[in-house]
Amino acid sequence: MPKRTDIRKILIVGSGPIVIGQACEFDYSGTQAVKALREEGFEVVLVNSNPATIMTDPELAHRTYVEPLTPEYVARIIERERPQALLPTLGGQTALNLAVALAEDGTLARFGVELIGAKLPAIKKAEDRQLFKEAMERIGLALPSSGYARSLEEARAVVRQVGYPAIIRPSFTLGGTGGSVAYNPEELEEAVRWGLQMSPVGTVLVEESVIGWKEFELEVMRDLADNVVVICSIENVDPMGVHTGDSVTVAPAQTLTDKEYQLMRDAAIAIIREIGVETGGSNIQFAVNPDDGRLVVIEMNPRVSRSSALASKATGFPIAKIAAKLAVGYTLDEIRNDITRETPASFEPAIDYCVVKFPRWDFEKFPEADRTLTTQMKSVGEVMAVGRTFKEALQKSIRSLEQDRWGLTLGRPADAEELRQLLRVPNPDRIFAIGDAVRAGLAIQEIHALTKIDPWFLDGIREIVAVEPEIARAALADPDVLRRAKQLGFADRRIAELAGTTERAVRERRRACGILATFKTVDTCAAEFVAHTPYLYSTYEEEDEAPPTARPKVVILGSGPNRIGQGVEFDYCCVHAAFALRDLGVEAIMVNCNPETVSTDYDTSDRLYFEPLTLEDVLNVVEKERPLGVVVQFGGQTPLKLAVPLREAGVAILGTSPDAIDRAEDRRRFNELITELGLHQAAGATARSLPEAVAIAAGIGYPVLVRPSYVLGGRAMRIVYDDTDLSEYMREAVRVSPEHPVLIDKFLEDAIEIDVDAVADAGRVIVGGVMEHIEKAGIHSGDAACALPPYSLGEDQVQALAAQTRALARALGVVGLINVQFAIRQDTIYVLEVNPRASRTVPFVSKAIGAPLAKVATRAMLGHPLEPWAWIEEREPAHIAVKESVFPFIKFPGVDAVLGPEMKSTGEVMGIDRDFRKAYLKAQLAAGSVLPASGNVFLSVKNRDKRVVMTLAKRLSEMGFSLVATAGTARVLERNGLSVELVHKVAEGHRPNVLDLMKRGDIALVFNTPEDGRARRDSYMIRRTAVTQNIPYYLTMDGAQTAIGAIEALLKGEQRVLSLQEYHGARR
Amino acid sequence: MRPALLVLRDGRIFRGQALGAIGEASGEVIFNTAMSGYQEILTDPSYKGQIVAMTYPLIGNYGVNEEDVESRRPWVNGFIVKEASSIASSFRSATTLDAYLKAHGIVGIQGIDTRALTRHLRDHGAQDGIVSSVAAGPADLVARVRDVPGLVGRDLVAEVTAEAPYTWAQGGWERARGYVAPPPPRCTVVAYDCGIKWNILRQLRMAGCDVTVVPASTPAAAVLELKPDGLFLSNGPGDPEGVPYLIGAVRALLGRVPIFGICLGHQILGLAGGGRTYKLPFGHHGANHPVKDLATGKVAITAQNHGFAVDPDSAERHGWTVTHVNLNDGTCEGLRHREWPAFSVQYHPEASPGPHDANYLFHRFTDLMARKGG
Repeated sequence: MPKRTDIRKILIVGSGPIVIGQACEFDYSGTQAVKALREEGFEVVLVNSNPATIMTDPELAHRTYVEPLTPEYVARIIERERPQALLPTLGGQTALNLAVALAEDGTLARFGVELIGAKLPAIKKAEDRQLFKEAMERIGLALPSSGYARSLEEARAVVRQVGYPAIIRPSFTLGGTGGSVAYNPEELEEAVRWGLQMSPVGTVLVEESVIGWKEFELEVMRDLADNVVVICSIENVDPMGVHTGDSVTVAPAQTLTDKEYQLMRDAAIAIIREIGVETGGSNIQFAVNPDDGRLVVIEMNPRVSRSSALASKATGFPIAKIAAKLAVGYTLDEIRNDITRETPASFEPAIDYCVVKFPRWDFEKFPEADRTLTTQMKSVGEVMAVGRTFKEALQKSIRSLEQDRWGLTLGRPADAEELRQLLRVPNPDRIFAIGDAVRAGLAIQEIHALTKIDPWFLDGIREIVAVEPEIARAALADPDVLRRAKQLGFADRRIAELAGTTERAVRERRRACGILATFKTVDTCAAEFVAHTPYLYSTYEEEDEAPPTARPKVVILGSGPNRIGQGVEFDYCCVHAAFALRDLGVEAIMVNCNPETVSTDYDTSDRLYFEPLTLEDVLNVVEKERPLGVVVQFGGQTPLKLAVPLREAGVAILGTSPDAIDRAEDRRRFNELITELGLHQAAGATARSLPEAVAIAAGIGYPVLVRPSYVLGGRAMRIVYDDTDLSEYMREAVRVSPEHPVLIDKFLEDAIEIDVDAVADAGRVIVGGVMEHIEKAGIHSGDAACALPPYSLGEDQVQALAAQTRALARALGVVGLINVQFAIRQDTIYVLEVNPRASRTVPFVSKAIGAPLAKVATRAMLGHPLEPWAWIEEREPAHIAVKESVFPFIKFPGVDAVLGPEMKSTGEVMGIDRDFRKAYLKAQLAAGSVLPASGNVFLSVKNRDKRVVMTLAKRLSEMGFSLVATAGTARVLERNGLSVELVHKVAEGHRPNVLDLMKRGDIALVFNTPEDGRARRDSYMIRRTAVTQNIPYYLTMDGAQTAIGAIEALLKGEQRVLSLQEYHGARR
Repeated sequence: MRPALLVLRDGRIFRGQALGAIGEASGEVIFNTAMSGYQEILTDPSYKGQIVAMTYPLIGNYGVNEEDVESRRPWVNGFIVKEASSIASSFRSATTLDAYLKAHGIVGIQGIDTRALTRHLRDHGAQDGIVSSVAAGPADLVARVRDVPGLVGRDLVAEVTAEAPYTWAQGGWERARGYVAPPPPRCTVVAYDCGIKWNILRQLRMAGCDVTVVPASTPAAAVLELKPDGLFLSNGPGDPEGVPYLIGAVRALLGRVPIFGICLGHQILGLAGGGRTYKLPFGHHGANHPVKDLATGKVAITAQNHGFAVDPDSAERHGWTVTHVNLNDGTCEGLRHREWPAFSVQYHPEASPGPHDANYLFHRFTDLMARKGG
């Protein structure tokens, strides 16, 4: 079927901010879709609140709306743009939910918008548990057996059918709260009683447990002619019971016979047809009983997913791109396979390698969080590694994680009992513990009994561990042993560890023996056809099939797995670098290992190396490609750490020199620089021991800001108020030592913080954006909200900040991007930090000002003049953009939702409008804080904020809000003539207390400024409850004040939407 | 591990380690891109005369079981993998791949760069080769590989066909029940055994056919004596022109009884009906080939295993219509005679290994017989 001609304009909905469970895989899918639909001549309208995405680049769609992803705002966009169709299947659950809301509230019908890809009934059938179950029964497929119960007796009756262990799920609770597993009648009684109590409707679902069963996923595509293909099978190494996002997974499936696989394939095809997903990709999960092969359906996502991004990268088959083309009427056989160019997309990729996906967790950011892995996802990112064997891919994956792990070991002593515990209860260290368990002599059968991980995977780990003694003994002496080690995926560094030598010695020995990495192509077809896209991975085989071209080329190092502090923003910069290089006719070579990203789309660069970002793996690429140089300043800390070792290995670093980077990072050299330029910085020094630290703190006076040197995302950064705090921090958080010094600075209380992003070359510095933080100093810049242009600074201050930025860029010899963090306190400007590299805010600034800073920087690094971009500084914007951060607290019960100098946010949104308050309102909405227009506001502030709270309370009261407060705050407000409802603190022991009110839905807004230091535990439950009840809350007076401004804007009137192209119209 | 060698006719040498039986084997080296189903592949008689290289690098993971067999023994001349699993992980497995190959005297090699081999065969064509885990070095093998007989014109069918007629009772496979009892038959079919895969017989039974399998050398008259409702022409190894006696028999039966052919059977039918066949550079061996049914426009993902193909123009000139086309390379995948009740497909609707998408063809056959009979 040819493409549809009755559709001209299509709305694509993105997935909003990065949160746990929904990350940049949807930027990848959305970007592919926009490109594909444009290619087909459609007019594309895009909406996404996340500015750090490639899809929101104004060059990509015809109209780009960075607006809140709420039904109201999207309805306004629809009203304005009048698209004929909405494609909801590429923006994760967010887009799907929005589409459902817009269909159900009549918006789509009112404006004649057709849902393409998946229609409303199909979405409902897949998402509604009961409808799904009925659908599966119609086609003869089983789900885990289950039944509803309203009493213990009924639950017992269901258990007689499903057996123990049984899963008890209370009906209608958020995010699986109150669910538990019962292994015996006693536990059942307790679980059911608890579950019935938790459920607002007094019902629990009692379900057969499939914990420990093998878990599989199939990525399925269907077209309008009802052709269905399975793109990829994925097998979870961690069996059922661990969320697939938290599981180590492999592609393709490894332990299914063809007979079993084909039954699963038949089931998947039947499911996509029965559910009625018309076109595009779906992800279907199955569990298989390892004892008898019984197959049950777990769930289906009627849209592209994280797994489909993985499947696309694992096979070379671009699921989202094809899905977009199918949605507009093409059939699979009408679409060409980009990689082979000659064969059609109506086939099933054949893989001739093994892919391992390994999740990355950031529990060190949330020390109070439970590290047990369950059915609720907790990882913040993932890596993918490709090898010719499972063993090779697994070992490549663990070094891709960048957690300083080089082998399958915990890296610390653990006795057999601890190991057994680590094996029994799923946790982030489990795979590593398996290695140590093998070393400790546990039999594979026992490890299998504890983990339920398929013996085939365990045997792979056993083989890796088994060869280690031989590596230790003979890797340097015997080239055969060394080659074998490399084929098993051992890193040079791990070999060095085992053999008691240095990584460099291993590398040199390897080279001397001619044991070099060979590169193979990911080609969708196992080499049956010629591949035209150089999408490569390394292995130690006989043939290298991808000779470099003769063109001038540049290697861009990506940012590796997403983590808190290093996310999609850096991938955005790397992608822009690739685009800029291609524009300049320079071959762009990307190295990265994150399967979720746009940078690892084979379309983005000229050559893609899907490789770990370690010195060894990068040198393999660089030595083969011989590029003009390597770009290290776009991928965050990951490539930056490699700058010096790469330079020492003789590799040219493009742009700002590694020495300048060191000058900005090294405390002593940085101090010299600031002094030399006559600038100010907070008093401070470097401590190499506790006594030294105490002395420094005494010298500069508390509070002080402490942090380890060389960190990103404020890792382990803290404000301490006294010697006790300080010594606790030094002992527990950082373990200070001469090799690991700690920086101690005077904390600038109540200072205004500012971020500046600029781009420089040898002759010129262009300041891209000056961002004023909403919250005062003390909150990590990655977590703070900010406004561009500044909303409260004077023009002279802005000019001074720009001038200081220029001076710093010149003094450091920056070529490329630079980010400077300033604080202003009592009219003095302090330089907090200089980062001669891309910052997290580059995409936000680029979207706010309408200039692609990372592209400009790339051109500068290749010697192209900055003059054409001088207009950036001359622009007089009529709009203001606000960035707000998004946090993962909901996923981590027990973690305090409090902010500080250590970054905790996973993502960000942007609100843009002509008016600051409206822009802030949009940013809040986009971040999920639905500011109320009426209702009760709960106020509880620390003493020093009581003065400010009076004015705020007065404004709230004037706007018609009722005030609720605990004794201390209430007294202050009443004394000032405000009427306040007094509510009990939890500690007072009377009910109802403030938490009861919050849970009852009686509180619409929370202003809570926690006391500093240890006293803040008191108000912990208030913040936790605000998080779980989804009540908007503000933890600083600055935030509260701004929020009130936004509420005023909300009450005043009409919210409008405008596209980035219109905001930046003058330049385009 | 014991070293082993693979030497190709054009002199390319691969060094790896022994797999399966220790010894030497020769044959045409081809690659198969299916990611699962190695046991079915090993036991498919169509591979007689060939050394099969699996492009998927990890083979043997789920071991070898009693059920997933396509004939009474493995037929491949030799077997090539990147890495044979040292353990067998499946509730159904009975033994490991290595032990199975040893037990059946199949010589294999592992640890070679199978992707390099695949690219070589793709670019230079499938060719004869020798796998050896006993040779002292490659020199002698390089010399002897020129004497390997090759497939063209050879009658390999004679080596795999049944010695005497037999009937078939087993139905399709289900997870919990294994091979089930088929439904009562509605029609009778004589199947020429050129190396027939058992799953074809199972699927014929499931479609309601009472099947009598006869040796490939059975004369047409003997077939007619059985008064079948339909005739089935099976898959089998090698060059269809190597079995002129069968081509002759089928020519005699064309138009007298409804005929359905699969793979070699499709080629035999094409030749019997006046068409020509030719050798493909490296054949189609895998489980992911898109085939379009020109009548419905639908695409099926198919299992394929053939080195020869029917020239569509020659067939069209002799009364055939091309019904199916391979979307990868445009080769002829299906024929239907414009006058006689005869049709065939080049691929494997019985799957095993591979997708079940084309299973409808068995019903198309029973429908054809029903129309003729009724």
